[in-house]
Amino acid sequence: MQFGIFTVSDVTTDPTNGRTPTEGERIKDIVTIAKKAEEVGLDVFALGEHHNPPFFSSSPTTTLAYIAAQTEKLILSTSTTLITTNDPVKIAEDYAMLQHLSDGRADLMMGRGNTGPVYPWFGKDIREGIPLAIENYSLLHKLWREEFVNWEGKFRTPLQGFQSTPRPLDGVPPFVWHGSIRSPEIAEQAAFYGDGFFANNIFWPKEHYMRLVGYYRQRFEHYGHGTAAQAIVGLGGQAFMRSNSQAAKAEFRPYFDNAPVYGNGPSMEDFTDQTPLAVGSPQEVIDKYAGMREHFGDYQRQLFLMDHAGLPLTTVLEQLDILGEEVVPVLRKEFATNRPAEVPDAPTHASLVAQRDAALAASAADAPATV
Amino acid sequence: MSDVKKIAVIAAGLSQPSSTRLLADRLAEATVIDLRERGIEAEVTVIELRDLAHDVMNNLLTGFPSAKLDEAIAAVTGVDGLIAVTPIFTTSYSGLFKSFIDVLDPQSLTDLPVLLGATGGTDRHSLAIDYAMRPLFSYLHAVAVPTGVYAASADWGSGLDSASSTLPARISRAAGELAALAAVSDRSSRVTDPFALPEGFSPVGSFGAQ
Repeated sequence: MQFGIFTVSDVTTDPTNGRTPTEGERIKDIVTIAKKAEEVGLDVFALGEHHNPPFFSSSPTTTLAYIAAQTEKLILSTSTTLITTNDPVKIAEDYAMLQHLSDGRADLMMGRGNTGPVYPWFGKDIREGIPLAIENYSLLHKLWREEFVNWEGKFRTPLQGFQSTPRPLDGVPPFVWHGSIRSPEIAEQAAFYGDGFFANNIFWPKEHYMRLVGYYRQRFEHYGHGTAAQAIVGLGGQAFMRSNSQAAKAEFRPYFDNAPVYGNGPSMEDFTDQTPLAVGSPQEVIDKYAGMREHFGDYQRQLFLMDHAGLPLTTVLEQLDILGEEVVPVLRKEFATNRPAEVPDAPTHASLVAQRDAALAASAADAPATV
Repeated sequence: MSDVKKIAVIAAGLSQPSSTRLLADRLAEATVIDLRERGIEAEVTVIELRDLAHDVMNNLLTGFPSAKLDEAIAAVTGVDGLIAVTPIFTTSYSGLFKSFIDVLDPQSLTDLPVLLGATGGTDRHSLAIDYAMRPLFSYLHAVAVPTGVYAASADWGSGLDSASSTLPARISRAAGELAALAAVSDRSSRVTDPFALPEGFSPVGSFGAQ
């Protein structure tokens, strides 16, 4: 089971003092936060991609490579990579590059984005969101697996004998997750390829995602990648903790009440009842997240949103201390208890290389001897 | 097909009691009576949007309905006939009425027989049913019955049988039109698959798979 953090890279005014960090401060802070994630024993750091203020992260591989250079074990991922508006050829190249520089510590999550104008800004039509996600990924998948690609599609110029460089590290492409909040087409796509499915359930009630994850698991089995229980599932999460519940609620409330996504809407109490947001003592957070497997089945990756809505860096780092030292170690034990042996861990570069080598050995053993 | 037809009523009046609810109840009663004359029992659910006002706004802000609102949405979308009644504010349906419509899945009212009703202080706004409400439900592919019922304050004091255009006569005619469509609707017994993929969908797309 992997635990980590994901960020949307927002530059937001701290509602408690009216201070807005500069882009430069937030960019450097993100690096500090990622290094802290490794220091407190988390496994994954995932960064979003946006092309409009107040978000800074337009170029995730640059940031992730810089973080990779200053960390040793942390897996660098995205939340999400825009498969709709990026050229799949450039995604193939950028992330293969990151994979090499990080010694295989890179994977990525495909998403369609939530900002409508990004489509026209990049010359695309938002009404083609799903067809773009389907076709672009189909090409990306091919570019990482075939040396020379002949390809023709609807949305980009054709390719003849094209070889993307660098080739994936050890000939094994980065693992891919597909993120979706409502489209069965994307769950179907993830299941078809045997890729991971990430349900960013932090802003909506779990019942919706339970159905979507259930659908993905069923289709994963249908396409012959293993049993439904062996499908690769990731979930979003969100927490704010202090040693006691009242202190956590009092400190987080102004950030909640003014947060870009849900501010000025429902009360924090209603929202914590309805969504995975947990505000309280570390034990309350443990209780809420230990219960996720009851709803979604045993899963592989849990990411927490910890640094948004104008929370100052020092607070975020304190939160990561609590998450890494008090919450995640307990959750690791809880999730390991009674986890069926058939349920795999999240794929890593090492596990994918081993899987590829085993498959090659098996097919060599099956082949007739040629002397 | 079930023998019992389901009818939902949306009343967007802001006061309690409201003349909007009064009209809604009259329309519902007349619809039930008409269906009964056709040998069909009806089950009526009334949704007062005032009770859901905060939930509707929270849904607009967060993108998801509370459990209470979700129940109301299901009650409105999974029926054989809908009676939608709003006060007319500043030439059109009320903001609360439109906000509730805005949180519905735009496909969820397709094929739904709808009776349009509205209330106002004077009869000067009676055409709002036809220039504001009717296009809204046309866009949603609902089937609005030809007769809309507008009740101005003065209508509540008009006689029962003075002329064919009195409020009771309009209610009766409109209810008959809704009942005729609801009687043959199978919407309330339909099972929909939330994960149904579009026809012809392929996980690798129609291009580039060669």
